This record gives sequence, C-alpha cells and structure tokens, in this order.
Amino acid sequence: MGTDRELPESLLPLPPATFHILLALADVERHGYAILQDVEQRTGGELKLGAGTLYRSIARMVEQGLIAEVTRRRSLGDDERRRYYRLTPFGTAVARAEMRRLAQLVRLARARGLTPGPEPA
Amino acid sequence: MRFYRWLLRLYPEGFRAEYGEELCRVHAERAALTTGLAAPLRNAFAAVADVLPNAIAVHVDILRQDLRVAVRSLRRTPGFALTAILVVALGVGANTAVFSLADFVLVRPLPFRDPGRIVKLWQSTPAYSRNECSPANLRDWGTLSSSFAGLAATTTRPANLVGMGEPREVQLALATPELFGVLGVRPARGRVFSADAVDEASIVLSDGLWRSQFGADPAVIGRAVRLNGVPYTVLGVMPASFRYPHSTIEAWAPLALRPENFEERDDTYLEVVARLRPRVSIARARLDMDQVSAQLERQYPATNKDLRVRVVAIREEVGGSSRLLVLALCGAALCILVLACANLASLFLARGLYRGHELAVRSALGAGRERLVRQLVTESLGLALAGGAVGVIAAAAGLPLLSRLVPEGLPLAGQATLDLRVLGFATLLVLATGLAFGLGPALSASSPSPRDALGTGGRSTRAGTHRIRATLIVVEVAASVVLLVASGLLIRTMLRLQALDPGFVSDHVLAVRTPLPRDLYLITQRRVQFYDRVLEQVRALPGVTSAAYVTGLPMSMRGGIWSATVEGEPAADAGASAVGLRFATPQYFAALGIPLRRGRDLAASDTRTAPNVAVVSESFVRRHWPGGQDPLGRTFKLAGMERAVVGVVGDVRVRGLEQSSEPQVYLPPAQVADSSIIGYSPKELVVRTSGALDPMSLVPGIRRIVRAVDPDQPLARVRPLDDVVHDETAPRSTQLRLLGALALLALLIAGLGIHGLLTFTVSMRERELGIRRALGAEAGGIVGLVMREGLVLAAVGTASGILLGYAAARGMGALLVGVRPEDPLTLTAAGMLCLVTAAAGSLLPALRAARIDPMTALRSE
Repeated sequence: MGTDRELPESLLPLPPATFHILLALADVERHGYAILQDVEQRTGGELKLGAGTLYRSIARMVEQGLIAEVTRRRSLGDDERRRYYRLTPFGTAVARAEMRRLAQLVRLARARGLTPGPEPA
Repeated sequence: MRFYRWLLRLYPEGFRAEYGEELCRVHAERAALTTGLAAPLRNAFAAVADVLPNAIAVHVDILRQDLRVAVRSLRRTPGFALTAILVVALGVGANTAVFSLADFVLVRPLPFRDPGRIVKLWQSTPAYSRNECSPANLRDWGTLSSSFAGLAATTTRPANLVGMGEPREVQLALATPELFGVLGVRPARGRVFSADAVDEASIVLSDGLWRSQFGADPAVIGRAVRLNGVPYTVLGVMPASFRYPHSTIEAWAPLALRPENFEERDDTYLEVVARLRPRVSIARARLDMDQVSAQLERQYPATNKDLRVRVVAIREEVGGSSRLLVLALCGAALCILVLACANLASLFLARGLYRGHELAVRSALGAGRERLVRQLVTESLGLALAGGAVGVIAAAAGLPLLSRLVPEGLPLAGQATLDLRVLGFATLLVLATGLAFGLGPALSASSPSPRDALGTGGRSTRAGTHRIRATLIVVEVAASVVLLVASGLLIRTMLRLQALDPGFVSDHVLAVRTPLPRDLYLITQRRVQFYDRVLEQVRALPGVTSAAYVTGLPMSMRGGIWSATVEGEPAADAGASAVGLRFATPQYFAALGIPLRRGRDLAASDTRTAPNVAVVSESFVRRHWPGGQDPLGRTFKLAGMERAVVGVVGDVRVRGLEQSSEPQVYLPPAQVADSSIIGYSPKELVVRTSGALDPMSLVPGIRRIVRAVDPDQPLARVRPLDDVVHDETAPRSTQLRLLGALALLALLIAGLGIHGLLTFTVSMRERELGIRRALGAEAGGIVGLVMREGLVLAAVGTASGILLGYAAARGMGALLVGVRPEDPLTLTAAGMLCLVTAAAGSLLPALRAARIDPMTALRSE
C-alpha cells in the first residue's frame, strides 16, 4: 500500500528470493517465467524458485513498492498475455542498500583474515 | 493441470485472481521440461511442495498486514477498542466460569471406573423418597435382585484420631469391603481392606488426611493409629480424586455387620451403591427392584409397608435445586453473551458506517471485497481474542467464588478447575463471538459500491443499518430485563427467607462438638456423667448464661426422623407420624432461645428410674391434640416407649429456612437403654454468653474442662452458631450476588447500547434537526423527539423481556420460596429499571440534539 514507505535499509536483509528477483529485473523488464529462468541460469541451477515462491515474492514486492507491473508494453517478441515487471526507483535503492550490506560483510570478514578458500568440489 | 488449479484454491481469493493465470502458465512450462515415466507424479509432488508452504505464507503475510492495519486503526479509536475488549471479556468470562462449574457439577465423569454403570439405591416411602437402608434390607436386596454385579454400603460418622499431638476429629466412612470393587477404584499406595476378618481393625486414608496428618510419609502403610481409642492399622492411601460418599470424607474403615445388626429391619443407616451387571439397563434394574420390594413388603408388612427402592444413576444424585441453579447461571451467562454480541455488532455497524469512506477508497484502489471483509474480520477476531484472554483470566480468578456453589454431598473434589476442555470451549466461544459481531457488519460495510459511498449516496444502506441496530437494542433490553426479573425474584426470595424466624436465636451462642466415640460411651450412665461434669463447669465460666448438650444443631442435622404415634389415633402413614427426634440436656431451650410455651424444661431429675417424659414442639401439639386441648400429661409412643409430655416449646426450622420441618420431640439423654439409638446421643455442646462476651473467647476454657473430663476428646467444629445459620444461606446469597451482578452488567451494556445508537442517530440527523430548529421547533420538542426513539425501543424490549423473564422464572420455580414467578412487584420493578436506564441513556444525545445550531448544521452540508 506504500503508506509506510521507509528508508531502503529498513527492509534489509532481503530474503534470497527477493534479492535474486531484483537482480533479474535490474537490466530489463521480464515476465515471471523469464525471471525464473534468469535466476536459474545466473546461479548455475543452484537456486530453483518454484512458481509459488516466485509469485508470493512478487506480490509482496509489489506491495512494498520494490517492483511494479509494466502496464503498456508493445515491443517485438513480447508475449501479450504475459505480465511484465520492472524495478522501481525504490527497488533499485533497496537493491543497492543490500549490495552495500553484503560488501560490508565481506570486508569485515577479510579484515579478520578470513578468505573464501577454494571452491568446494 | 487440473490438479494444480485445484491446489491453487489454497491461496486467498484475491491472490488467486491476481496471479492464478501466471502461476498456471509457469507451472505448465516447468512441467513440460520434466520427462520420464514418473513425470506426472513428480510434477504433482513438486506442485504440492511449492503451493502448500507458499499459500500458507501468503495467508500469514496478509494476516500480518491486516493486523498492522487493525492495530493502527484501533489505536486511533482507543475508546472503541477498549469498550469492545471489555464487552467480549464480560461475555466470554461469564460463560467460561459458569461452563466450568456446570461441567464440573453436571457433566464431567466421576472418578470411578465406568461411572455410567454405578447406581445408588435408596429406600423410598410416600413421605420420604431418599432414605437410607437397613442391614437386613440390604442383605435381601443382594440375594433377591439379579441386576447388580455388586452392592456396597457405607455409613459415615466422625471419629477421634488420637496419638499424633492434639486429638483430631476425622470424617470416617465405614464401608463394606465390596465398596472399592463396586466403584472400581484402586488405592494409590498399599491396599484396601478385604472381607477377611484380619482386616477388621484396618483403615484406608484419603490423600488429604495422609498429607495433613502423616506428612505424606510413604512409610505410613502398616503403621498403627488409634481411632476412638482402638488401635487400627493403616492399609493404604486412596488417590486424591477419590471422595466417597461425600467430598468431606477423610478415611475409610471396614463396616462389620454383626448378626444383631440384622434384627431391626427399620434401623436404617446405610447408604447403598451398586454396579449394574453388563447389559442391564437402569430401567431393568428398577423393574427388578420393584419386584424385590414387593416381595419384601409381603414378607415383612410391619416394617416394609409402602417401601420401594429408588435406583438413581450416581450422576443424577446432584440435587434438583443445585442442578437448576447451575442451569440458571448458564442461562444468565448466555444472556450476557447474547447482549455482548448484540452490543458489539451494533458498535461495529456504526464503525462500519463511519469508515465507509475509507473502505470505499480502498475498494476504488482495487482491493477486492473479499480482501476488505477479511480485513474487518481480522480486526473483530483480534478484538475478540484480546477480550477472550482477559475474560478467561477473570474466569480463572472467579472460579473459587463460584466453587462455593458446588454441593458438598457429591463424591467430587472440592473445586472446579479450568481444564483443556473448558479452554477449548472458551476459544470456540471467542471465535463465535468474533464472527457473530464481526462478519455481519463487515459484509454490510463492504457491500455498497464505491461510487455510492464516495458520492452522497448510501443513505438507504444507512437506514438499513439503523433498522438492524434498533433491533439489536430491543434484543439487548429484552435480555437485560430477563436477567433483572430472575435476580429480582431471587432477591425477593432471599428477603422473605431472611424475614423468616428460624425458631431459635443464633447470636452469642458457641457450638462445639465432642465426638464421644460410641464404643467407649455405650453405657447411658457414662454419657450422662460426661455431660453433667462438663456442663457443670462450663456453666460456672464467667459470662456463660446457659449451656447444654444436644443431638444435633438445627440446620446442620436436618434429619433424625422417627415415627411417633398417639394411642387411639387411626394409624396414619409414615409422613403423618414423622417427628424430628433430639436428645437434649436441661437448659437447651434457654441456650438456643427456643421459647418454652407451656410446662417445664427437661430436668436433671428425668432419669432412668423416673417416668419417661418428653418436650414437644407446638406443631406436634397442633397435629395430635388440636383445638386447644391441654397437651401436658398426654402420652405418645416413640421407639417402643411410652412418653408423657411435660413441656411445649416453639418450632425450630431444623431443615433450614427453605424447607418445612417435621414437629420436634426432645427427650432426656438419661432415659434411653444402654447402646440403644446410640447415633442420637448428644455430642453438640451449645453455650450462650451474656451480651458483652464474644462466645469464641470461651474456647480455651472449654478445652481445658473437656480435657480434664476425658483427655481423649478433641474439640471439633468449634464455631459460633451464627456461622451455622450463615452457611445455610451462603449458597443462596452467592447465587444472588452472581445473578445480580450479571443483571447489573446487562443493564449497563443495554444502557450504553441505547446511548451509542442515539448519539449516532443524532449525528446522522444533524441536518434534519437543524432545519427543524430553523423552522421554529422548540428545544424541548427536539429533546422529546430523540428521547421518544430511545424509549420506544426500550418499551418494545421491556415488554418482550418481561414475557421471556416470566417464562424463565417459571423454569426456576424450585429456587423461589414464597415468591410466585409472576410476582407483580418484581416484574414492574425490572421493567421500570430498564426504562429508567433507557431514559438516562437517551438523555445526553437528546440534549446534544437540542443544542444543534441550525446555521452550522445547514452550512456543513
């Protein structure tokens, strides 16, 4: 409802699904299935969102004002029946805030001499 | 795919409408990628795993959001929230408390094995329906009947427990060894006594006695105790839940019936309990016992004439008036709940109208109706839960007070408790309440189309809402009138009872019991010596004006019924010759302030060798020698002995204020054969003090005197006689206070309801009232106009309430003594009280209406 739109930081830390959906919409407007595919590709198949999780997240993110449905869109190759979503400026701000938070965490860990080490096989 | 669509129903409707198609599409695309034989199965499994947790999460999300909105909106109107919570708390609290009491007294299974098959057997005659049974009849019932798997008998008496510090009186039940088998209970420790002779001097302790007197010592089994001076061995300890035959019993010892106990068929003192054989119904047992009693009547016409056996399920033993009382309380509590719901529904309707604009805006912004209803119901359920929590806490706190209404004669632990069932009931109640007052208003508030509410429309909805609220007010008023009538009738009964003369004066009298164990005091002369020595010294104490021993205190010992016949009178049935028998020493009538009408008091000179005498009460004289005949010197027969009347005293209400009592006969304690009617030997010491002295201050002196005469005698049940009378009226005053409190609450709720409705009406009609003022209507006229609306509603409610109240009063007729259900004073007073409350509730809104400034009212439109 957006009546209590607060500072971006107030939503942190973001649930993983939310952050990934924000990332998927960072460069381009996408419909639901495209978001799923993007997340799956980007994480090398590690994160497989279910349809239920996806749309629950979308519903909440719309409510929180992070993303918005694209009302008019007529470009080539688009499926008319699909509902497309885009990032709002508030969503961008929140994504950035989350990035800062994660980067800060990583910095703190390094300062303590912690290294990621070799990737597990 | 169809399965997936079906699964989607788990989501809230709004979510489904928004995202359902998308979900299906994504699911289909995903499913198309799955290959293999088991693909459909794997897809279905994945669908469930995906939809189920997410659907729940969506519901929780919405709930959280709705609660946030609800809290915010309630915080803006704290008065409304507080009122709603209080009203719910009232309704739920009253019902929870009363339900736990009803559950405890009427419903909960008794702590015996298969309690539905346990019955009690009473001897019944046309005059008395519940008499104890004699050993001879018990034996014959056992051999002649075929319905019972077992019969057991008990008789209760106080006994001296000596040997551990101060002697203490315990309430002992003497029981035949079959008792524990018939009831199907096992001891918590040790064992119970068997029919073997070795167990004759053994005792089984109650959990309470084991804890209080033996420090819960597990090594108590096998220990020797002295009971009435005789050594007994502790065999076992019963579980805490076991109370039989009454809640006050503290120990059980074997009842040994000797051949001589079977001689007198009319010596009745056994309480009989039996277990029905498998597949034998209680109806068949009754037929069986009818045949048995008919056969015994033929065999022993002298003692068993008109004698039947009453077979009662043990659950039904709860007395009629206790049952009625609990049901009356249930009715009252339901009235309060109805009132509470009506009031809240009315509040919510009004609130719905006030919020019409907000809802319309949300609806215009795309919130579906389902979403709005859900929001409103969340709010009302939230309030209901908050109020319910307060109510349950209040009920738990109030239960000890309510438990005073639990009759002592039940084989139940002393106090009702809140258990899971009761909490479950309370939860259901809360949900029902929340839905009852939340759903209707939510549906009606969310129904007008947004255009209506945003524009100037919606008047018709408002009129409809107003009609519903008016109906609710009528319901509220009617419910409170019902409660007022019921409690009014009880108040009248109470006043009437308090105005009754009990026949004795209870203030400044101390009552003490000395148990006088029967085995040690079988010889009449020995008892008389005890009385003489104790009384002589007690009378010498400073401040004592009179002192006496008597068989039982009035209102405490209610029975003691014997048959007294007068030579030459036609043989009447048992009821017409019944008298209450008491043995009393000299000064008894003086000590209790019972007026001596004619003749003399019983005297020390009335000994075994002197002629047998009696003092009788006035009603005995009226019954046998009516028309002013001189009763002095006349004789009658009682317990096989001829007695001459030497004095006449006033009647005493020995059975308590609410029942009529048989005429009384008082005999000198010396004029009875050794060990005959030993149960009637006086054990109660009554001492009257002069005005300034507190009777309780005599206790140390009396204790010293009694100990000097017999060191083994404890002083038991030391109390002012006032307490005995108070105990007699206590349940009634508790019941009255409860019902009265409920009635006042009801009145308050109804008054607030009227006030709320009219305030609302006035604010809605501001413009109309302003125009009336502008056209020259007087302020007084406006006040009348508004008040008339409130009073008309109140009058309709009062009229229907009085009709319902009369019906309810007829149902509770057994609780009323000397007051008719149609008592005009009560009905009028209840009606007037309600109308006055309605007038008071209408006054403020009416005055506000009169102060409306026509100019402002017209400008605001």
